[in-house]
Amino acid sequence: MTASAAHLSQTRLPPRPLDHLDRLEAESIHILREVVAECERPVMLYSVGKDSAVMLHLARKAFFPAPPPFPLLHIASGWDFADVLAHRDRMAAAAGMELIVHHNAAAAAAGVNPFDTPTPVYTRLMLTEALVAALDAHGFDAAFGGARRDEEKARAKERIFSFRSASHAWDPKAQRPELWNLYNARKNPGESIRVFPLSNWTELDIWAYIAREGVPLVPLYFAAERPTVRRGNLLLVVDDDRFRFLPGETVEPRWVRFRTLGCYPLTGAVESRAATLAEVMAEMQAVRVSERAGRAVDHDEAASMERKKQEGYF
Amino acid sequence: MDGRDSPLARAAAEPLAAPEGAAAPAPATGGLLRFLTCGSVDDGKSTLIGRLLHDCRALLEDQLAALAADSRRHGTQGDDLDFALLVDGLAAEREQGITIDVAYRYFATPRRKFIVADTPGHEQYTRNMATGASTADLAILLVDARKGVVTQTRRHATIAHLLGIRHLVLAVNKMDLVGFGEPVFAAIVAEFRAFADRLGIGEVVAIPLSALAGDNVTAPSARMPWHAGPTLLAHLETVEVDWDRARARPFRMPVQWVNRPDQTFRGFAGLVASGVIRPGDEVRVLPSGRTTRVARIVTMEGDLAEAAAGQSVTLTLADEVEAGRGSVIAAASAPPQVADQFEATIVWMDDAPLHVGRGYWLKLATQTVTATVAHPKHVLNVNTLEHLAAKTLEMNAIGVAEVRTDRPIVFEPYADSRTLGGFILIDRLTNRTVGAGMLHFALRRSQNVHWQALEISREARAALKNQKPAVLWFTGLSGSGKSTIANLVEKRLHRMNRHTFLLDGDNVRHGLCRDLGFTEADRIENIRRVGEVARLMADAGLIVITAFISPFRAEREMVRRMLPEGEFLEIFVDTPLEVAEARDVKGLYAKARRGELRNFTGIDSPYEPPEAPELRIDTTRTSPEEAARLVVARLLGED
Ligand SMILES: Nc1nc2c(ncn2[C@@H]2O[C@H](COP(=O)(O)OP(=O)(O)OP(=O)(O)O)[C@@H](O)[C@H]2O)c(=O)[nH]1
Ligand SMILES: [Mg+2]
Repeated sequence: MTASAAHLSQTRLPPRPLDHLDRLEAESIHILREVVAECERPVMLYSVGKDSAVMLHLARKAFFPAPPPFPLLHIASGWDFADVLAHRDRMAAAAGMELIVHHNAAAAAAGVNPFDTPTPVYTRLMLTEALVAALDAHGFDAAFGGARRDEEKARAKERIFSFRSASHAWDPKAQRPELWNLYNARKNPGESIRVFPLSNWTELDIWAYIAREGVPLVPLYFAAERPTVRRGNLLLVVDDDRFRFLPGETVEPRWVRFRTLGCYPLTGAVESRAATLAEVMAEMQAVRVSERAGRAVDHDEAASMERKKQEGYF
Repeated sequence: MDGRDSPLARAAAEPLAAPEGAAAPAPATGGLLRFLTCGSVDDGKSTLIGRLLHDCRALLEDQLAALAADSRRHGTQGDDLDFALLVDGLAAEREQGITIDVAYRYFATPRRKFIVADTPGHEQYTRNMATGASTADLAILLVDARKGVVTQTRRHATIAHLLGIRHLVLAVNKMDLVGFGEPVFAAIVAEFRAFADRLGIGEVVAIPLSALAGDNVTAPSARMPWHAGPTLLAHLETVEVDWDRARARPFRMPVQWVNRPDQTFRGFAGLVASGVIRPGDEVRVLPSGRTTRVARIVTMEGDLAEAAAGQSVTLTLADEVEAGRGSVIAAASAPPQVADQFEATIVWMDDAPLHVGRGYWLKLATQTVTATVAHPKHVLNVNTLEHLAAKTLEMNAIGVAEVRTDRPIVFEPYADSRTLGGFILIDRLTNRTVGAGMLHFALRRSQNVHWQALEISREARAALKNQKPAVLWFTGLSGSGKSTIANLVEKRLHRMNRHTFLLDGDNVRHGLCRDLGFTEADRIENIRRVGEVARLMADAGLIVITAFISPFRAEREMVRRMLPEGEFLEIFVDTPLEVAEARDVKGLYAKARRGELRNFTGIDSPYEPPEAPELRIDTTRTSPEEAARLVVARLLGED
């Protein structure tokens, strides 16, 4: 990193008026820096999705020319898309950041998997509990997450600095007032903070920013012919040979892409020919369902998100 | 469904980014408007937001389906959609049918982007309303046409005004329940106008609405042809907001973080609060007051020729000047003030009332200091706007009081700068955000930024005595042995030719603190006075020994912060309650147990043991003589 500090470009970029993406960017960078200044051991939860991609990009900007002064944490369920893992390693290396990968090996060894285990139990064990265990094991006192308030009704209620008890529970009725851009980062013993720098971004802002900044994305966000299986109202992609078929299911090649990424046997793709960013954005303009519609995880019940958050889900 | 009609399509129709180098034409509309809905409980705030999102087609199919299902389960509208459920996202909110915490929603029309905060009307959750209001450009204040202007309407109008929201819409809602009659509307508007005048609110745009039915929300209401003004949405889309106000003011950037990847680079990272900066501009770094020039504006894309209010940047300076988190880099020609005593308006937000005299953390921009709040000059009766006398600030009170900080801070009046004038108060024990404040002016300006150096420094005085000043602060239960050990310590030091002074709890109460009792507030004041005296004596070069129960952590911390690093030694005389009570040298425990003494520490008043004392003495194992030896050894660094 020492080299880059000395070799900064000295040509000066001319001023341009600030648009709303500039304001969102400035707000997020401010949040990232507040945490680094006030917390002892922050970490960035890196899911490798588009929101994580933007969050990582913002972190690199916030601390440039230094690398972001915290590690990346990936909770690997063991059922991640292969592309996701490759992209993850590439991006961590490019950012010059330590990458911590945590996996609930005990649960996996006990046979927990996305096919046999009921989805809520699977997510709790492989994602929620794995995350909580990783945060505890490393003693992180603040964790950045890429959640946005426009995603979901319970998220829309959450503060940017969101406190968790020693058991990682969220108490939505006792949130601290959060005025202006003044964040109270003081924790009681055992408490930790989830910090959401992208709180005020919308899905469209994320895409527009990715386009403007050239943020690298996992190829799965772009349409390609992939081996797919239709299951209920989800279109699943068979990412490796561990996929388990139900009677009567067949693999069909289809042109698909993803709006959101999770465990591959649980994440629905959308049929699409949009293979470039411009095409994806053009398609987004016609969209009439929210991105969460593609996640098996969130369908369980209306208040599922709030409940999961109370358990420690990000 | 026609794709061109989707909300995303319409939002995307706006250019993503202005072309490089384009001039900055400030369009009357356009931009991002942040607003909130407020007003009394059940006046229809959440319903209005839901209606607005729905009618602006900002809802996607699965969200509408979920709303329909939710409405059947939790709704108040029979089989119709209950729009409030779109924003009332917490389980408790849906069950109780009220809003508890602020919800943020995002939508766009071809003319503007919007961030809306739906805030709770219930008085208990006023702090959440203030949270939503603190970042808003505009407030929609709802009134139920049947009920008219009520206390919460006035409270929210007052808070919105205090927080500096310049645009106010009075939305008279539920017009369907009063037959859409103009006289009802006119009477409410007149009543509110009179209140707004007294508060000093300028323009108020009044709109008669039915959030439930959609009248005058996005389309003009055929049932209220008498309303000549705009619909709510038309007003939101066109109201002129001066977003460039901050840019036009002098440059200020609070330093968040110092970026030091290696010896060659030292950058100051921050969000520009106001003004414009260019390389070569002369700046003053406060509070130190040193001037230098900006060398570079560093970003990952490359250096900038200019940065303005609202941008997060990293500056490098031409000279090595002392600056760190909490410093403010400002235009050299027009620096902000530095002071440690202010008048401020404070909104109290905690169940526990303000403790006058107790130290709270005060966070203002990137500065965190200890502050005490004096007795309020007055609190506001939000109904009559009368100034009432008050001893403290209770939950939801709005009051004006003097605030003192333990060291000077860089500030501007809130009216000039939200960033350098707005602060929060944090309880040092519970870490809760207990208040929000707006600075008006300094009561005693710190002269010239630089301190008037006294000719003889505290170091010089101490050097003459051949010692380092210190405060040995003994804390522990009544009868734990503080005074005994403190006396022995002083004798030892005296024999060693050290200049000492012992401040003892009982003795001080005969004079300096004769007017104080034993309530929590009085105990805080007692310790504050003793702390100030101890500090003066330490300044005079003495080794000060104090023996006070000093049961509260916050006050001991307050004294610690009065003194230079390393000069405050907290000595915890750790005697279990049973042991102290069994000794009961002065017979006080017996009295307290009989109920003859109130607020007795350990009996009916808490003792908060130190978390990290410099020294802990277990009197069940250590003799007083041995304890005194340990204390002296610790003081002189011999162990
Ligand atoms: N008739 C009629 N009822 C309305 C109207 N607007 C809201 N309501 C009803 O008033 C009740 C309260 O509405 P909410 O939107 O929850 O009120 P609120 O102001 O958000 O309440 P809090 O957030 O708890 O302070 C609900 O039953 C709504 O359906 C209206 O214009 N006409
Ligand atoms: Mg509501």
